[in-house]
Parts: sequence; structure tokens; C-alpha cells
Amino acid sequence: MKRKIGVYLCHCGSNIAGYLDVAKAADYAATLPYVVVARHYSFMCSDPGQDMIKKDIKELGLNGVLVCSCSPTLHLRTFRAACAEAGLNPHLCEMATIRELSSWVHSHDRVAATEKAMALIAAGVKRVLYRNPLEAKWAPVNPNTLIVGGGIAGIQTALEIASAGEKVYLVEKEPSIGGRMAQLGKTFPDLDSTEELLIPRMEMVKTSPNIELLTYSEIAEIGGYIGNFKTTINKKARCVDETKCNGCGECWAKCPVEVPSEFDYGMRKRKAIYIPFSKAVPKIPVIDRKNCKYFIDGSCKACESVCPTKAIDFKQEDKKIEIDAGACIISTGYDTFDPSPITQLGYGKIDNVVTSPEFERMLNPDGPTGGKIVMKNGATPKSVAIAHCVGSRDQNYHQYCSRVCCMYSLKYARLIKQQLGADTNVYQMYIDMRCFGKGHEEFYKQASEEGVNFIRGKIGQISTETITDEEKGKLVVVCEDSLLGSMIRVPVDMVVLSVAMKPRADTADISRAFLLGRSADGFFLERHPKLDPVGTMLDGIFAVGCCHGPKDIGDTVAQATGAAARALELISKGRVDIESATAFVDEEVCAGCGVCESICAYSAIEVNPKTKLAKVNEAICKGCGACAATCPSKAMQLKNFTHKQLIDVIDEATKDFAGLAK
Amino acid sequence: MTTQLVTNKGKEKCDPSFAKEVMDKSHAHLERCYQCVACSSGCPSAYQMDYPPHQLLRMVQLGLKDRVLNSNTFWICLSCETCATRCPNNVEIVLVMDQLREMALKENRKDSTHLPLFHNTFLSMVKFGGKTYELGLIMFYMVKSGDLFKIKELPSLIKLGINMFTRGKLAILPPHIKGQANIKRIFELSEKTG
Repeated sequence: MKRKIGVYLCHCGSNIAGYLDVAKAADYAATLPYVVVARHYSFMCSDPGQDMIKKDIKELGLNGVLVCSCSPTLHLRTFRAACAEAGLNPHLCEMATIRELSSWVHSHDRVAATEKAMALIAAGVKRVLYRNPLEAKWAPVNPNTLIVGGGIAGIQTALEIASAGEKVYLVEKEPSIGGRMAQLGKTFPDLDSTEELLIPRMEMVKTSPNIELLTYSEIAEIGGYIGNFKTTINKKARCVDETKCNGCGECWAKCPVEVPSEFDYGMRKRKAIYIPFSKAVPKIPVIDRKNCKYFIDGSCKACESVCPTKAIDFKQEDKKIEIDAGACIISTGYDTFDPSPITQLGYGKIDNVVTSPEFERMLNPDGPTGGKIVMKNGATPKSVAIAHCVGSRDQNYHQYCSRVCCMYSLKYARLIKQQLGADTNVYQMYIDMRCFGKGHEEFYKQASEEGVNFIRGKIGQISTETITDEEKGKLVVVCEDSLLGSMIRVPVDMVVLSVAMKPRADTADISRAFLLGRSADGFFLERHPKLDPVGTMLDGIFAVGCCHGPKDIGDTVAQATGAAARALELISKGRVDIESATAFVDEEVCAGCGVCESICAYSAIEVNPKTKLAKVNEAICKGCGACAATCPSKAMQLKNFTHKQLIDVIDEATKDFAGLAK
Repeated sequence: MTTQLVTNKGKEKCDPSFAKEVMDKSHAHLERCYQCVACSSGCPSAYQMDYPPHQLLRMVQLGLKDRVLNSNTFWICLSCETCATRCPNNVEIVLVMDQLREMALKENRKDSTHLPLFHNTFLSMVKFGGKTYELGLIMFYMVKSGDLFKIKELPSLIKLGINMFTRGKLAILPPHIKGQANIKRIFELSEKTG
């Protein structure tokens, strides 16, 4: 096919024409080989400008177009669409950036700017010469959505998508959904009961016909790409038949085995057959096979004997379930920091030094103390110190700020004063008060007006060694009041450590399974911190809630709703466009070294261990070119960006253009 | 149970009831202070104070009664209200300073600067004549404080006095105002209410 290329120079008002000789550059372009027409116009992106290109394609039979104007980020889409309208394959349209790279940066030298524009045009024409038409590719979208993690983030996303009428699979590792929020007492800054907020939503998940709830299940495997993920779920054996169980509770009342409850951080006991908390959804118990007497020595079977519906099934085994989904939403949540390595705080050694999650359980009316703030001996504390930033903003543990501790520490202070009386002394040992959200500063002010004592300084030591009679029997918090520059000894009955939020222990596994990137802090990495805080580097996979970074319930719900909109966007579109300019392998040359496989950010390349040949999954490839650049034998190339093309373009651009513009 | 401050001079007890007393009597919302230091940054006389206003407020918050009442901060304070005007939390610092002066006087706290003496002498002049009587004020103050006998400084003070006199700033005779009886009543009332 003989190439017929049209070159179009844009004046961009005076943005280009004011600084370089557009007419001269166009005359030069007309002399280049294969160029049949070279025109210039005030605004190529305007309708008359686009019509000019369309007319030439039809009348002159152009099979290559070079628009010399602004950056392709701005208008490549515009010009390619115009070409496509005129019947030309859009991949045969290219742009030369003579505004950003020539007129704007060389506004002081008209001749040099014109010569540089000529170089860019000559190189651009070469680029068009090497381009081949590519087919637009797309794939259908599976309308189901997979959500991993049934905390408030997962619940919110599931409800949003389900209410739009689409199918959701909600996978939860624990026996019940609810996540961390179910463990909390009250929310800030409105002091609402978390139960009142969460339990109705959990019930909605249970009753929604569009949500298939898979509790006590984990992701085993995941494959595929946007629109067409194929996952395998491992549904762990509950040893209770979910179809028969009615949640009456006879079994766990009868069970003789008692072990510390994980849900209550060991603050009370649970049975070997148990539900994690009284309002669990689904209210179907799980047999803890590690501790159940039957699984240890084959005895007992007390639960089986009392079960009125004969739901106990000791022979149940783990099941693999395959789920196809168009989008995946990761909402696996967070863990809390264990402060025992910070020995000066004495956690685990000194009684009545508790962590914030333990204190939350104390505040929860369903918790081990029935919502009462009590010391280990059962008495109510007369004074409480709250230590901020335990494990946060600390290079030794977690560098980041956990964002919610300031606010929940203030919440504790106010709840303590509410429950134990306004004369209870509450001290906050803080570094900075970070109360940035809506209504948060007001909450802070209210707390200070209620008489909460603020001491700016990290705790140096929590000790039981007392020096005065008044300190006897108390915990003495020693720290510096850095606003006064003096050390201070504060005798208190109880210390709450506001511990950091950290990535879940299994974040690495999830990250490996879904091939998700993580930021330096260990949380999942978003695609763009400002413009795409919901998406990940992998299309069709979204990370929401605290698995993406510490955030409060409000922010989590906002992000979850955003992710639901993104999943629904995919579903309603029904198809995903796939990049056409993908990488391809010259199988004659490929040695199967695997460098490309390791460099690919999208996991689109796989080296077949038998044939020792790299293979590109075109549905996943983004056409970034990293593989082509790193391939030591140049077997890996990018369509329309071949090695030969690039070398020729560079040769062309570095020719001598001196004197051409004079 | 008392919080203790540990300093190089030993241990100081914090007395939360002191903070409460100051707040109740001054009607200033001291508890709102989050130590932004706007007050001290704008204070025209903070450089003379042993504790700048923000630190004094912090000490009141903690209840360091002795340290607060022995400081010269509230005596040096000019009551210009720059601090209160700029305070982002609307803490009426001037009211606090007033309250602290009163408390210090009631407790007969000694102050190295003779500022309470000046304060009292000034008030007795107002009580006597209805408005300030500079010559009397200087005489009484200098005699009572013993400054009169600092021979070295005397010539410069006499020179200042002559300058003020020639500019009409120093009356020889004490003033006498019409509402003398009212002034007396004001003093009586405020002494009664404390």
C-alpha cells in the first residue's frame, strides 16, 4: 500500500503561530516523502479544522494523518475520532507536539522554534509511516461483583450494588460479617451507637436477594482480567448445616469447652461451638475444630445431642466454590498494633493498661463488661489517662498517622465523663491534636470545655512505683508537659493506649493473589491519590476501607459507595475496551529469560516453562512498553512502537535542520 | 490524688481546684486554650514577664497555684486586651489577669517588683481624689518602696519630673472631682463584693 500522508499544522490562535513560522513549516512538511498535503489552520481542534482532515481523507484518500499542535494527552482522542469518522483507522493518526515542545519553550527565538517544529514534524511523519491499522478490541463484562471482606466497607458496597439490581458475592473470612465496626462501642463525632448503625445494615445484607453471603470463606485463587475474573473460594467447614440451623443457641449453651474469644480480645470466653457476638449475621455457629473435644479425642458430641434441627455435621469438609465476576472489591480491613514491644508502657505486664480495641469492647453494651468501664478488680476508675500515637507517627513502628486515634481518644474522654461522672479526671497525652473532619474540631472543643486535661507530650513511663502516699495503688504516668517544659507525674487508675491501625496480617497473601501493589506503609496502593483513590493499578479491582489506609467509618462508607459506582459503571457499560497497541513476542528470538514477566506491572506476561517462550495476555496488557524496553534480545516489541520505528524516528529528528527556516 | 510536676527545684503539686476557682471567678473559658501562643506573640509587655501569658494559662490549667501567684506576669500585664482580641478561642485572658491580681493581693503574696505596691498606691490615689494624682503617686510609691533612697537614680528621676512638669503633665495640687461621693461608693461596693 502506497502511503499518502496529510500533515496539518495548528496555529492554536497565537500560541503556536505567534512564535514560529507555521507557513514555512507547512511548506517544509509538503516536501517530505509520502506527504501529499500539508495545511495550516487557526484551530485544528475546532469543527472546521476537523472537517478539513475528514474532507482530505475522503477526497485525497489519505492513509496517514499527522496533526502538529498541542500534546496528545489533550487532543489525540479528538483527532483519532475525526479520522475514524472519515473511515480511517484511528491508529494511523499521530500528533507532533509543536506547542509544548517548540513554540512555548522557544518563544524568544522564532527561527530556532520553526526549525525545531520542522524536526518534530519530520519525525512525526516517520512515525505515521510505520504505523499499522489496529483493531479496536473489547470484552464483555460479567455482571456479578465479588467483594472480599464483610466489614462496613464490604457491606456498604454490597448493598449499593445489590440495590441497583446486580448480583454480589460477599466473601468473609470470619463466621460473621460486621468486621471491626461491630467491635466498637460508639462512633465519633455524634456518639451514635455502632450497633444501631451497623446491625440493620447487616440484616439487609442477609435478606437481600441479590447478595450471596459466603462467611467463613477465603479466596483460594483468582485469575482473569477486568470484566472476567475467575475466582475460587475456599468455604471452610462450619460443621453446622447452614440450611438446617435456626440459630437457637442450644449448642453453644451446652458446649463444655471454653476458650478466650478472639472477638473480645480474650476479655471473655467463648465455647468451641460459637458465634462471635450475639447479633452475628448469619446467626449460625461454627465449630472451632482445634478446640472441640470431638475433634481432639472423639468424645463429647454434646452439641449434636441437643440440636433440635439435627444441624450438626462433624463430617462436613472444606468446599471449593468457583465464582465468576466482572469486578472485584477488596475491603479486607485492618489490624491493630500490639503495644507490648513498647516496654515503657507496660502493656501486658501492668494491670489496667488496656489498648483502644479492648476499651472499645468495654464500651460496647454487648461486650464483656456489658458496656461498663471497669478496672480489672471490678471497681470503676476515678481517673484515666489516654496515650495517643502508640505505634503511629513512630519510625520504629509505623511512620504514618492512623488518622482516627485523636478523635476516638476524645470520644473515650467524653464517654468516660458521661458514664463515670464529670468529676472523673481524664488526661490526654498527645503529640498533636488532629481533628480535621466535619464536626471534629467542635467535638474537641466540647471535650476541652467538659474539663478533659490535655498534656502535650508522649508518655515516658507508666509505672507502679510510687513516691508519695497519694500515688499509692495507682499507675503513675510520667511524661513531659512540653508546653511548660516540665516533667509531670500523673497518678491514674487506668491507661488506654490508642494503638495504630496496621495492614492485616494476610495483606501480603491478598496482594499476591490479586497482584495488587502496596504502598510503603503496607496498605494497598490506589491508582491515583487524588483522581482515583478507589481504583488499584489493576483494572476492575478496587480497594476500599482501611485495607487502603487508615480512615474513619464515614470516609470508608464514602469510598465504598464510590467503588460500588465504579463496579456498576462497568456492568452498565457491558463491555470493556482493551488496549490495541499491546506487546507482542517474536517467538523466533525469545529465549524465555523471563525479564519481561518480572517487569510487567500488570502481570500480563507469562513465560511458558515448557516451550520457554513468553506469552502476552492481550486482554491485560496496557501497552506501557516496559517489557519491550527491557527485553535483552529485542524479542518483545510493542505494536506500532517497534524498535526499527523508534530508531528511524530518532534519526529523522536529529537531522540537521539549520537554515531551513531562514 | 494529686498530679505532680517534677522540676529541677523539686516537686510541685498541681491543684485542680485552683484552676476551677480561677475559671469560676473570672468567668473566662480557660479550658478552651489549646496553646497556639497567639496571646504571647502579640503581647507588648511579654518580654518583661517571667512567664508569658500562654504559659501562665497553662500553669493555671494544671493548677500550679504557687508558681502562678508568685509570678509577675499579671502585674506587668497592661490590660491592653491584645491577647483576648486575638485569641482564637475567645479566652478572656484579661479577666484571668485581673482575677489573679486580686487573689495574689488577698493572699499577701510578696513580689520582687513592687508592682502590687504601685497598684495599691495608684488605687489609693484614685480613692482619695477621684482620679490619679501623679506627684502624690510618685512620692508615696518611692517612699514606700524605698526607691527614694537609691541616690544614684535620683538625679535622672528629678530631671524626668521637671520635664513632665514643664509640659503640664505633673500637677502640684491633688485633683478634686465633682463625683467624689460616687467614687467612694464604687470603692465601698467593690470592697464589699470582693
